[in-house]
Amino acid sequence: MSILGNRVLRVEDPKLLTSGGTYVADVRVPELDGAAHITYVRSTIAHANITGMEVDEARQAPGVLGVFTAADIDLGVPPLLPMFNQAMARPLLADGVVRFVGEPVAVIVSERPEQGADASELVWPDYDPLPVIVDPMESARDEVLLHPAAGTNVVLALTYGEDPNLFDGCEVVVSEDIVNQRVAVVPLESRSAAAAWVDGRLWQWSSTQNAHGVRDVLAGQYGLDPAAVRVIAPDVGGGFGAKIGVTPEEVLLGWLARRVGRPVRWSETRSENMVAMGHGRGQWQKIEIGGRRDGTVEAYRLTILQDGGAYPNMGALLPWLTRVMAPGTYVIPRVEVASRAVVTNTTCTVAYRGAGRPEATAAIERAMDIFAFEVGMDPVEVRRKNLIPADAFPYTTATDAVYDSGDYEEALDRVLEGAGYQELRAEQARRREAADVVQMGIGVALYVEITAGPTAGSEHARVVVDVDGSATIYTGTSAHGQGHDTAFATLVSSRLGIPMDKITVVHGDTDLVERGQGTMGSRSLQLGGSAVFEAAAEVITRATQIAARLLEVTPGEIAFDDSNGAFRVAGGDEPGVGWPDVAGASKFDGTPLAASVDFQASEPTFPFGAHLAVVDVDTETGQVRLVRFVAVDDAGRILNPLLAEGQRHGGIAQGSAQALLEEVCFDADGNPVTSNLADYAAISATELPSFELIAMETPTPINPLGAKGIGESGTVGSTPAVQSAVVDALGHLGVRHLDMPATAERVWRAIQDAPSGKGA
Amino acid sequence: MEMTLTVNGTSHTADVEPRTLLVHHIREGIGLTGTNVGCDTTSCGACTVLLDGQSIKSCTVLAVQVDGQSVTTIEGLAGADGTMHPVQAAFREHHGLQCGYCTPGMVMAAVSLLAEQPNPDERAVREGIEGNLCRCTGYHNIVQAVLSAASAQEGGS
Ligand code: FES
Ligand code: FES
Repeated sequence: MSILGNRVLRVEDPKLLTSGGTYVADVRVPELDGAAHITYVRSTIAHANITGMEVDEARQAPGVLGVFTAADIDLGVPPLLPMFNQAMARPLLADGVVRFVGEPVAVIVSERPEQGADASELVWPDYDPLPVIVDPMESARDEVLLHPAAGTNVVLALTYGEDPNLFDGCEVVVSEDIVNQRVAVVPLESRSAAAAWVDGRLWQWSSTQNAHGVRDVLAGQYGLDPAAVRVIAPDVGGGFGAKIGVTPEEVLLGWLARRVGRPVRWSETRSENMVAMGHGRGQWQKIEIGGRRDGTVEAYRLTILQDGGAYPNMGALLPWLTRVMAPGTYVIPRVEVASRAVVTNTTCTVAYRGAGRPEATAAIERAMDIFAFEVGMDPVEVRRKNLIPADAFPYTTATDAVYDSGDYEEALDRVLEGAGYQELRAEQARRREAADVVQMGIGVALYVEITAGPTAGSEHARVVVDVDGSATIYTGTSAHGQGHDTAFATLVSSRLGIPMDKITVVHGDTDLVERGQGTMGSRSLQLGGSAVFEAAAEVITRATQIAARLLEVTPGEIAFDDSNGAFRVAGGDEPGVGWPDVAGASKFDGTPLAASVDFQASEPTFPFGAHLAVVDVDTETGQVRLVRFVAVDDAGRILNPLLAEGQRHGGIAQGSAQALLEEVCFDADGNPVTSNLADYAAISATELPSFELIAMETPTPINPLGAKGIGESGTVGSTPAVQSAVVDALGHLGVRHLDMPATAERVWRAIQDAPSGKGA
Repeated sequence: MEMTLTVNGTSHTADVEPRTLLVHHIREGIGLTGTNVGCDTTSCGACTVLLDGQSIKSCTVLAVQVDGQSVTTIEGLAGADGTMHPVQAAFREHHGLQCGYCTPGMVMAAVSLLAEQPNPDERAVREGIEGNLCRCTGYHNIVQAVLSAASAQEGGS
């Protein structure tokens, strides 16, 4: 029986549980012997000209091997993505101007980490303050320019479906200004990297989601052939999108290693991570929705102002994905999206779990809620009325996305039934009637998102069977908690009949894996897994030919048994040959028994689902408690429910965290006020319930596994569901909208200011 | 300062700078890198170890403060024959870890919790691990794992 679809326990776990993982800071290899330590000195001011920098004292400090500033660095400025205004490019160390608190202004190389920390206190930059822009609206006015050479603060402006008459003929039009606030990514392992020059090649260990991407960036920066750079991603302690790119702190390591003639190690502190790695979200949105009094939606306009932070990064590109997913799960004939991304004197924004799609979903789901509120219908019924019907797939939206497969109404029905929606509404009515101090809120959100996108993706895999009958899988994906070793070994085991414990998965080493695009955008199983799956099939084809030769029959007469890996003459009762025989024969012929595949998808895929959140709101204190969370997530065919559920749990927690309590804040001078884990409210176990997951599988035709991405869905659906539940708890007071996060203070104020007076 | 620390049953005497945190002594001085560092404000619990059987955050204790005491880290939890501790086994069985970075600390916190409260309910488990952040699992499976380890211990004792 195939093990596909079963709850196979992870092969990664025994090591992680008994000796701990090997993260970059744990790597002990001869190439890093005697490594020096890197400490960055960071700007303490959000916007200023640097008029001088006193470093002599630091250079004399104990254990210091070198102190460097922008004037010393002879590496080029990394180019921005081609669609951005190139005059906003970021130097590796601040060069004459600092633009956010946390920007590196100098770097110290020392024998021991604490010596670097000590010496950093002895670097004295002179700053001449410049006006600080924290608010993206203010930035968009272009009165103060962060990058004067760019002539504007706008990084990228996009419009789609522009139509001044969008709402003509609508009986009802409602609008709301909403904020999808900036949040911190908080992978539990902060950024960490190490560099060494080994026989003229640059070796870099990196806590990254994309080893090959890091290699290519480093090769470009150092003017090296990619083959002259080796990037190794050992165990990686979470990424969530923030470890896709390569940050200046990491780029500089090779230069520093060369300069001091020693390998170097760098691990940032959490407080550095909170201001310098990059933040997620940060969209100011205006939603306008119009339609008929019977609940039919006819037109939708989304206007986005994206906070890009001080230098353009992935964050500035997110409105593009938000645009694609703007209409969500609904038939909306007319959709307009206009976006601008601007720079501000804050930490750069980057991809964070969902990256552009949670923002789209939050917007359209808020829009459906306020529309329902306005026409006086149950928000669930308004949604149902406008859902894309199950027989409409593949479905092309007004924003030109082609949704591959889906059944949104079924997802909605399952979540309502699983949660007991009618009973919940009855309980809510009872509490409202009784004017209970603790009121109940119910939020329902539907989502559809794009995975392995935004354009058709591809990924590489190589499967090798050795003469001892073991198999090795080389994949271009780069797991950091997702369990690819288990998932891919399961795929190969089920195809080749080789037991799991004889299969090794290799990833995240550019010397061992020929090419790859890493793990992000919920792409790995559907692209990387499909490549593995097809490579395994090719290995069988090759092996069958060899087996036929060994058994002196034609390949067509060979029957392969995928339960035990035996090749037999069909219909005969001879024992046949196994993997060691065919792999041995192949090796004897001079070629290893192997196949390489680059799987190319024709389109992205569109997982979907329905989430329902129940909250208790204490109307006297404003305290919100998430008491239930019910989720239907349909990511096509599920390879391993254990892994898929884990992804859903993590996503739901992160999405709920944004709705409930997480927010990155700066004061008016650009000082971060949430710059460590004591001040930033990263969600803990007590703030969440256990989650009630409901299964649903609508396969996609896009890949041989029928699988869509599951890594980000939880985040996409949960944020609007929880937000909606909080607003719903106050709906009877006349509250129509409340921005995130639903802190006690914000909720309490909304109750005080509510049209129907204080409390229930 | 010379100090002696027993780690996972082995005694280590070393000259340690007074400002060295226990976690750095364990990782760099003794060379056991299973214990991780996730923050600098005593907030995340990634560094949790057992000190004379009780969980502590080893980033918040100076090494010299625990001179003469005994520490257990993730590397010392499984039996000598490699058999996982019931909490480790339950984490695997219930998929209570993904990237694994919080895991050593989380497991140690759970071991300590169950020593104090052999029969916790879900709320007690959530409160017991409140000082340990996990960014991957949403805590759901960690809670399941701890509850199941509790009943396994119950059944076994
Ligand atoms: S590293 Fe000790 S609590 Fe975070
Ligand atoms: S498993 Fe990644 S932080 Fe817990």
